[in-house]
Amino acid sequence: MRGLWLILFAALLGAGESALATEDAVPAFKEVDSMEARAQGCVTCHGQSGQGTQNGAYPRIAGKPAGYLYNQLAAFRDGTRKYAPMNYLVAYLPDPYLRELADYFAKQRPPYGDRETRRAEATALARGKALVARGDPAKGVPACSACHGNGLTGMEPGIPGLVGLRAIYIVAQLTRWRVGDRHAIEPDCMKRIATRLSDSDVAAVAAWLSAQDAPADPSPERSNLVRMPMACGSQR
Amino acid sequence: MNRRSLAWGVVVGCVVLAAGGLAALYLLRPGMLPQTPGADPVNATTQTINLGEYLARAGDCVACHTEVNGKPFAGGRAMATPFGNLFVPNITPDDETGIGKWTADDFYRMMHTGISRDGTLLYPAMPFASYTKVTRADSDAIYAYLMAVPPVKQANRPHALRFPFNKRELLLGWRTLYFKEGEYIADPKQSAEWNRGAYLVEGLGHCTMCHTAINALGGSSESKEFEGGMIPNQNWYAPSLTSNREAGLGNWDIKDIVDLLQAGASNRGTVYGPMAEVVYNSLQYMSDDDVKAMAVYLKALPQRESEPPPTSQARLVDPTVIGLGRKVYVAQCAMCHGDEGKGHPPAYPPLAGNQSITMASPVNSIRMVLNGGYAPGTKRNPRPHGMPPFSHILNDDEVAAVVTYIRVAWENSGTPITPAQANELRKLLPE
Repeated sequence: MRGLWLILFAALLGAGESALATEDAVPAFKEVDSMEARAQGCVTCHGQSGQGTQNGAYPRIAGKPAGYLYNQLAAFRDGTRKYAPMNYLVAYLPDPYLRELADYFAKQRPPYGDRETRRAEATALARGKALVARGDPAKGVPACSACHGNGLTGMEPGIPGLVGLRAIYIVAQLTRWRVGDRHAIEPDCMKRIATRLSDSDVAAVAAWLSAQDAPADPSPERSNLVRMPMACGSQR
Repeated sequence: MNRRSLAWGVVVGCVVLAAGGLAALYLLRPGMLPQTPGADPVNATTQTINLGEYLARAGDCVACHTEVNGKPFAGGRAMATPFGNLFVPNITPDDETGIGKWTADDFYRMMHTGISRDGTLLYPAMPFASYTKVTRADSDAIYAYLMAVPPVKQANRPHALRFPFNKRELLLGWRTLYFKEGEYIADPKQSAEWNRGAYLVEGLGHCTMCHTAINALGGSSESKEFEGGMIPNQNWYAPSLTSNREAGLGNWDIKDIVDLLQAGASNRGTVYGPMAEVVYNSLQYMSDDDVKAMAVYLKALPQRESEPPPTSQARLVDPTVIGLGRKVYVAQCAMCHGDEGKGHPPAYPPLAGNQSITMASPVNSIRMVLNGGYAPGTKRNPRPHGMPPFSHILNDDEVAAVVTYIRVAWENSGTPITPAQANELRKLLPE
């Protein structure tokens, strides 16, 4: 567990040293009185259309279900999800506006960035692929795809897509769930799952997910097409 | 009398004096107020309770007395001070853990003198030095409102102050130095509007709590009122309201002041950080008349400096720094703030001629570049624009160069800053 935190910490330290932003993460808009202009507060980390940036600590938010994005914005504002830069930015924004911001990024469909080329052991990739596609019945872990969709693009209204995320972000979030630092609306299905995963499971899932090609259709699945294996508060 | 017995005499004398002093303090300590039947706050009218709600907002009680995600007014929030953590008390009308057993007299004495119901001296984190100016009628209305909010059973946490600040007796000294008791007295030479503004700014608004520098004893001297200072433990600079080189509003239009206070964004500038919280929780709910009265009073505050404003420092800055600053500005900032620093107010504030950019303390500008910020979402500006963080994109040299650039470009009269200053603020978490 400590090893994971060290990796995270090193990544964050490195964050301050890059020289200038890539072009798609620089503020730009057409009309001042537009949601595009209002969302400029997000772009240096999440990219001009929410596509994410080279810095893997900042996730792709484009195309994630609006309900999921709203839940995260509200949790950052209310301090139930902790990440100081986000807590600070949205501290004094009212609900209807957070919903508008969530809707804005949910509708974006920017192209995916290059998939991650970090090398991972073949055994880890195989374990990751197995967890995503089948889960681990012996540990009581359902397949990621059972809720996050066959294309792993998420499910309306509250389950995020997993493709296009960097390994470091996936590891960070699963670790936060395991140690009780991140929560979802009760019943918190991700907590049940994450606490059943080992360090190497987390690394394997992250390695496999971050190595996948962009999906043909980036839209999340419609809600309740399938019966989910666990009760999740964010789907209610 | 030999030398030894003289020494003993001195020691015994000192002990007797000290004991006498302690006894006097003990005897003079405040106690419970006698019960005075008569007032009938339990049957306060709807009108009084509504007025109380409005006044409680003007006093921003909820900001400190509510924990993040907690029940309103139930307290528990840790307030970091240079002397340790204070835990703000429950002011819901719960009989055991709140103020349910308080009378209107108890409440007024607390507001007016900083003495709690049981006689305890309050720490001045509770702004009783400002609330003392509140009228009895307004205090009663706030009391009636607090009695009408849902009671919450939540015991108060003891404070965690360091020695010697955990000794409340020391507050007698603080009170002697820094506390002047008394309701607001109208100035007959000023308009009713000015007086209303003064009453709100100096009283419930407790603006001096941040906009007057706090010294090592946690006091602020009256002669320096509204002259600005760093907000302890928040690391934002609360600019002077009496200097047109800082946040003095002497040459602002009343409309712009009203917009800044009530909407959170104006054609001259925008509120961020702790002031965004004040606008979000308090000022956006104030009536047009009251906000205008505050604007009239703030605009008329006497200006404290006499020397002429400094001229542009641009020619004094290392050209390579200006070059780097301009390069960063053009790449990252000009889209919203414009090539000439004019911005798109009120969405994106102007930087040219903006006092909060040029004032002596660069802290707020550096923090904005590092952490960005959204203006508060208010009734009048429910969909505010925001600025992204740049701490992960710009290194210390680049932050210092771009902040130096906006402080001296376009005839701005600010001074250069150093990479070390940027680095200091980078180490802090955004808040």
